[in-house]
Amino acid sequence: MRRAALGWIFAGLSLGWAHMVNGAELVLRENCPPSFEKTQSGQCRLRTFYEFYESVQGAGLGGTRTTLPHHRDGFSPQQIDLGRYLFFDPILSADRSLACASCHQPALGFSDGLRRSVGMGSAPLRRAAPTLWNVAFLKKFFWDAHASSLEEQMLGPLYSSREMGNAPQKVLADLNGIPTYRALFGQAFPGRDGQRIALSEVYTALAAFQSSLISLNSRYDRYVHGDQDALTSEEIEGLNIFRSFVARCAECHTPPLFTNQQIAVIGAPEPEGLPLDIGAEKTFDTPKLRAGFKVPTLRNITRTAPYMHSGLFDDLRAVTAFYNGGRGHAVPEGVDLHLHWHISSPELTDDELDRLVDFMDTLTDESLVPDVPEQLPSGLMPVINEDRTIPVKKGGDVSCKQENGLV
Amino acid sequence: MQAGKWLGLVVVLTIILGCQLGGNRDYAASTGAGNVTYAGGVAADNNRLTLGGNSRFVAGPPPNDRVIVVQDGALIQDAVRAASPGTTIRVMPGIYRETVYIDKDGIRLIGVIEQGERPTLDGGGKLNDAILYSGNNVVVENFKITRYKGNGIMSQAGNNWEIRNNLIVDTGVYGIFPQLGTNGVVEHNVISGIEDAAIYVGMSDNIHVAFNDVFDSVAGIEIENSRHAIVESNRVYNNTGGILAFITPGLPIKTTYDVIIRNNFIVANNHPNFAAPGSTVAGVPAGTGILIMAADDVVVEGNIIRDNKNAGIIIVDHANAVNVMADPESDPNSDRVKILDNMMWNNGTQPIAEIKALMLSELKVGNPDIVRIGPSKDSCIINRHRYVTVGLKDFGECQITNTHGIANYLLANVPPRTIAPGERGEVAYLGICSGCHTYTGRMIGPPVQVIQALYRDNPQGLADYIAAPTKKRTDYPEMPPQDYLDAATRLAVAQYMLEVTE
Repeated sequence: MRRAALGWIFAGLSLGWAHMVNGAELVLRENCPPSFEKTQSGQCRLRTFYEFYESVQGAGLGGTRTTLPHHRDGFSPQQIDLGRYLFFDPILSADRSLACASCHQPALGFSDGLRRSVGMGSAPLRRAAPTLWNVAFLKKFFWDAHASSLEEQMLGPLYSSREMGNAPQKVLADLNGIPTYRALFGQAFPGRDGQRIALSEVYTALAAFQSSLISLNSRYDRYVHGDQDALTSEEIEGLNIFRSFVARCAECHTPPLFTNQQIAVIGAPEPEGLPLDIGAEKTFDTPKLRAGFKVPTLRNITRTAPYMHSGLFDDLRAVTAFYNGGRGHAVPEGVDLHLHWHISSPELTDDELDRLVDFMDTLTDESLVPDVPEQLPSGLMPVINEDRTIPVKKGGDVSCKQENGLV
Repeated sequence: MQAGKWLGLVVVLTIILGCQLGGNRDYAASTGAGNVTYAGGVAADNNRLTLGGNSRFVAGPPPNDRVIVVQDGALIQDAVRAASPGTTIRVMPGIYRETVYIDKDGIRLIGVIEQGERPTLDGGGKLNDAILYSGNNVVVENFKITRYKGNGIMSQAGNNWEIRNNLIVDTGVYGIFPQLGTNGVVEHNVISGIEDAAIYVGMSDNIHVAFNDVFDSVAGIEIENSRHAIVESNRVYNNTGGILAFITPGLPIKTTYDVIIRNNFIVANNHPNFAAPGSTVAGVPAGTGILIMAADDVVVEGNIIRDNKNAGIIIVDHANAVNVMADPESDPNSDRVKILDNMMWNNGTQPIAEIKALMLSELKVGNPDIVRIGPSKDSCIINRHRYVTVGLKDFGECQITNTHGIANYLLANVPPRTIAPGERGEVAYLGICSGCHTYTGRMIGPPVQVIQALYRDNPQGLADYIAAPTKKRTDYPEMPPQDYLDAATRLAVAQYMLEVTE
């Protein structure tokens, strides 16, 4: 009798711990993602060969054997794993149609393959979705650099009426209404007061997951760490053009992250029918930065076509041709831009442009792409590889007002 | 009405002039607070600096006696490719048409000069850059470099470098451009005909630029977004601007401070500006001897500054500079500039309109030697009575009179990070292996548990396999060789992999 009672209690406890979704138990991972070391205090710490190198002023900018910029890590395995569920879960959008992964699809370089992203109800957005690879190293977010942390950034898409259209109270109500999420948050944030999920925990988990998206094992990286044969002669030729002072790519797309994280006014064209996107002029309230955008990383750049803030170029060859086209050649008449001093007229040959494209392909590494959850605590289907292409109106009247939260 | 104003101004000017000419004046030479020597820039950094040192050999002696000789007709790059770290590559006289790149440490690329003939790198107007490097402890000496489209010698990162005794003629954008490195020497180079700066030190620390001869370029020597730099004993003439100490906004490293410009000949830098449109130096007015923009703690001492038609020294902030972008993270003002004794003569004979207007606003006459535009907090000058100055009213008297106590700002050697083999093994495992192998599950490669079972007491066997993998399993892709990791690292990572438990 006594044994039976104990058995019943244990069964009850284990039922309380086992969070059933479609008959399967959900327990957050106890191990850190690949490339992360689990410290004694249970935090995941990124380890890469780049930590063996130095850089001027600790800025994480330089050439081949240069350390990386300061980055976010130190989340627990459970927080990272919880973020993975949230990232793919359309429960976070007002109409349950969109997840973070809608615009940041793992199979598309954590971008979406669109010229400009689309929000809820196929609302056209103003800019292209940036990749999330190596986002742990970034100090500024959005093309116009108007957010300074992942937590601040995610408020944009979550609560913009054109994107996921949600509201903080609804996020809380929806998640707290799902027992499995309550339990998973309990695993990820142990020792907290009360049983209710807090918004800050949602943001932390999403930041934790995004910070785990690391791409630092490309063939270029092998070359850096000493493998002379990791790149073909064409690719090395491309590397030398890339860092030459004729092309000057590396002056802004500076290794090892292939961005210097600054604002640059490059004079890329806008799509037909759309007004000039003033970009960072608004963020910093200065006309000198009109049409300035944050320099994007080039890691996994072959995976994130089309290119530029407005997705105007279909392939990297077209991008190199733009930079080779002469300083300011695509700036609309009557528009006064303070073009970046490295935007010049390099007069590279067609072969040299091809070699640049060859080189950029050496920056591809998706070996640490995370698993898509097979099922979600919400019971909704995870958002993956969804074709969200909508016809782009030619010269049409797609009106897009600028607002916080547009990617 | 307007004419009346000007007339009134002339009357006032005449009165002031009359007073000065009529006065009986004398000036004692400044001695500071008892002939005090400059103690170096930002004191917090001083414990790293060997202020009294004399060595300009920062790359250290060759770590081994391996030498590769390149004969005329061969490719220098083939030698670089064959060279292990620490190798000296000697290049015989001849014409070399290539871009040489060095992504290894400790390579010394030394030209051999025979009867005045030096090895010549000739870009033929087609090649981009002559020499690119990113390795540490690199030395480049004794070359002639001509007709490249980009730079003569360019680095991206790399510490402890020496660029010396090179002749660079008519070569693109920069003659010598070390960037993002620490502890470097640029000396005894002769550079001319450069459309930006003949010598441009960008985003670097602990720099010594000395005994160079730079002329017929847009800028002679430019120290940009860099700290602890000395520019001394250079001959800088017939450029558009002579010596520049800048913060260029929009770059990722935001400061320039602790720059000493001393004992240079800065003469007749009156060349018309031929910089590319939009470049920062395109805004430098012809005839400018020294231009200090937004840089802090710049000391100017002992230079001969003459015949620069715009002005001898200009100190300017970002707000008053042309061709610079906006950057809220850059401090726009040049603070704590120290102008010590300099020999200045016949500067400012044809100043630009803005300087003329400033002169007028201060009722100054004569040809301006030193011009300050925009805020410049806590700056100072000694013996100011010797010069025609404008905008220097709030410059105090410097408490120092010389920089004799500072031989250079070079470091003995920036040591590579020391890494215990165990740590190397751990990082190799986490940073490289874990991309394809997990402890239990199937990824791109087989599970670590399976590997552990195979190599239980044989880490060397696993290390050997890592270096030269063979295809073992039909159901997995072949592993790429990891022989770029050195033998010690391969063994360490093998040992680490055999011990992990999760």
